[in-house]
Amino acid sequence: MVVAEVRIELKKGVADPEGANTRKALELLGFKGIEGVSTVRLFEIKFAERDTTKVKAQVEEMCKRLLANPVIQSYRIDIR
Amino acid sequence: MRPRDVRVCVLRIEGTNCEQEAYQAFADLGAQPEIVHLKQLTGAAPERMRRNLEDYHALMFPGGFSAGDYVRAGAVLAARVKSALSKNLVPFIESGKPVLGVCNGFQALVELGMLPGFGGPMAAAPEAALGTNDSGRFECRPTFLKNENKGKCAFTATIPHGGVIMCPSAHAEGKFILPIEQERELLKRLEDSDQIVFRYVNPEGKRAGHPWNPNGSLDDIAGICSAQGNVMGMMPHPERVFTRYTHPDWTRNFVGPRGDGMAIFESILEYVAHRF
Repeated sequence: MVVAEVRIELKKGVADPEGANTRKALELLGFKGIEGVSTVRLFEIKFAERDTTKVKAQVEEMCKRLLANPVIQSYRIDIR
Repeated sequence: MRPRDVRVCVLRIEGTNCEQEAYQAFADLGAQPEIVHLKQLTGAAPERMRRNLEDYHALMFPGGFSAGDYVRAGAVLAARVKSALSKNLVPFIESGKPVLGVCNGFQALVELGMLPGFGGPMAAAPEAALGTNDSGRFECRPTFLKNENKGKCAFTATIPHGGVIMCPSAHAEGKFILPIEQERELLKRLEDSDQIVFRYVNPEGKRAGHPWNPNGSLDDIAGICSAQGNVMGMMPHPERVFTRYTHPDWTRNFVGPRGDGMAIFESILEYVAHRF
């Protein structure tokens, strides 16, 4: 089985209110020295296919068609 | 064509909402609306339930949380429409028929690449985004919208330019975002091609930031249309104020014969009746 990990991040400069609010909450709990909190989404997609090149191409297509909006998000695919 | 002959498709999938209000708004104006599930349009329904998009004169993507708003708000609905219905939807748009997206429907039209529509009726990838509200919260309250359109938009013909209407907003992802590196040029392009339809204002009609702008949207944008004016998306819900009795002030100082949102539905029917 091949597993693709798709990490979706907000592009630099795009506001991340969820990250900002989480940081605030952590600081209210007394955690100090936080430089920043970013929200990231991770999808783990499992394939019966063993050819990692084919899997990579398919996951690229998935990112383009559904998983990422290129206006605000970038994505990284790790195959293992 | 007479307004009563106008057939309107109100699109539904799991998680859409306010279809009934949208249906009722069109029905009260004498048109022929029908609530249609996406599968009825794509041939994935029993034969007697199947419908053809081209048999309708107008299409509405209602609000809600389609497919649970998983991945991104409206993204799953958009991906499904794009893969199964674009061959019908693109000619529908090109023929000039109106397509309205409200709230989650606006998010879906943006995810579909139909709005702003810089690259034609349905761009290959989204050209904008409706991001998480600056507050990080679901914002739900009456909002005031100024009609900024100079006449291109098919959905606001019955609202005077500069006129303000009240429609409720209820969303967590309504912040209109253009690609950051081209933000100023693209915003100017929207202005120049008369694609900005509504901006959030305060009750006096002035732009005033949060809470009047519930989401931190670029330039206080609440709704935009395509360059041809026949595709429009807006975050606030006109169908929630189509009768005076659903206006939040109807027992206090609201005197209109109908709710403000009715103007959008009237404009659609007038446009179709005039054009087809």
